[in-house]
Amino acid sequence: MTGSEDKKPDRAVGSIGSAIGHVRDQIRQPLWLLAELTYACPLQCPYCSNPMDFSKIKSELTTEEWLTVFRQAREMGATQLGFSGGEPLMRKDLPVLIREARKMGFYTNLITSGVGMDADKVAEFKEAGLDHIQVSFQASSADLNNLIAGTDAFAHKIEMAKAVKANGYPMVLCFVTHRQNIEQVDEILDLAISLEADYVELATTQYYGWAMHNRDQLMPLKEQLVTAEATAHRYQEEQKGKMKIYYVVPDYYEERPKACMNGWGNVFLTVTPDGTALPCHAARELPGMGLPNVRNMSIDEIWNGSDDFNKYRGFDWMTEPCRSCDEKEKDFGGCRCQAYMLTGDASNTDPVCSKSPNRHLIDEAIEAGREEAAKSKVEQKALVFRNPKNSRIISAR
Amino acid sequence: MSEREFNDDTVLVLAQGYRFQWEPAQNCNVLLYPEGMVKLNGGAGEIVKLISEKEQTVAEHIADLKAAFDGADLAEDVYLFLDEAYKNDWLRR
Repeated sequence: MTGSEDKKPDRAVGSIGSAIGHVRDQIRQPLWLLAELTYACPLQCPYCSNPMDFSKIKSELTTEEWLTVFRQAREMGATQLGFSGGEPLMRKDLPVLIREARKMGFYTNLITSGVGMDADKVAEFKEAGLDHIQVSFQASSADLNNLIAGTDAFAHKIEMAKAVKANGYPMVLCFVTHRQNIEQVDEILDLAISLEADYVELATTQYYGWAMHNRDQLMPLKEQLVTAEATAHRYQEEQKGKMKIYYVVPDYYEERPKACMNGWGNVFLTVTPDGTALPCHAARELPGMGLPNVRNMSIDEIWNGSDDFNKYRGFDWMTEPCRSCDEKEKDFGGCRCQAYMLTGDASNTDPVCSKSPNRHLIDEAIEAGREEAAKSKVEQKALVFRNPKNSRIISAR
Repeated sequence: MSEREFNDDTVLVLAQGYRFQWEPAQNCNVLLYPEGMVKLNGGAGEIVKLISEKEQTVAEHIADLKAAFDGADLAEDVYLFLDEAYKNDWLRR
């Protein structure tokens, strides 16, 4: 789990929307299935979007239960399957899950930190039919990478990125950026070039879960973003035809919200380690959710029939200014989880929008980040790392 | 289209990581790639299907398609699609 997953369905659908021949969807299908196989993870990234109380969740789905989920989602039209977590490599049955999913016709994506991987495993996954591996990095230098990840993983990641390439995979690197590493964009991209990456995603930290808890320490400064964007564009020009670089401006610095999940219950389905089905990976934190579970409901029942998945579909649930806005079909009012976390009401306009009466909350958060950054090192709040101990402490409060 | 990077003699293949398949649930051919999907309409689907099955030159693909579609003159349409597909990095030389 990188904390930036919600860009993925957008990208998937961006392509679908622009498909040649203009084949239009009449019905909603869960095209993108994100399987959070486990919350176990050797890293402790403070920007993780997993829920803060992940340590409470003990009962993981079995291999058979996962395969049932895959089968049902596939029948409903799912094509993309992401193995995520936590760290999906912590699941011993990962090769079986890959093999069966691939047989069903999924395009299989492994989203990993690379920790727990070795060259044999990369080859084994390839043989099982894995289509794509995305290795996430925390920064371009060993010191910062290891500080942020809370472990000594950098050298190993480099080695794994090379093994991925050697096995004939397109190499997709993901760097999650924030105030502590965003000044390294050129070093990050140089590293990507030296690893012969095919795609580089400069993802921005999204403030959910642990990242929200650490927001003051992670929020980038405006001037950092200006520089980072210029750098990214320069490299995009230079690398044309060789390496594709995705750079996205953090939503807090935009005037309009992101089209989160490309619309609630529209294309994206997350299943968490304990079988809870969610319209997005942060939705567990919303109030009044029924949290349907794949152990006692089919994917069809959940996708089409559950209150959770119908709650914010379409436009009827919207409040002003979204309701009468002519851009609502473009951004769907932004992110429900962000609206709830910041305004207390999930049906409010995402406060990122400059039309929102709550936009000041975003500006204040940016300002709070600036104030935090201006403090001396001793005065600054420490990053709270994502680990079971901190999870237990925080969720006991 | 003078700056086109391929011609009748070029052998185009699916870009690395791209997979072509028929999707019953969508009732159309698709191209799948890391974390994304492109739906192809009838004609585009036929072209990509051929490219995914046979490694041969553009001219040979056009000849095959022509034969399959009762000798219709479709070279221009094929090039129109190939240009777009190449520009989007779905196909490589």
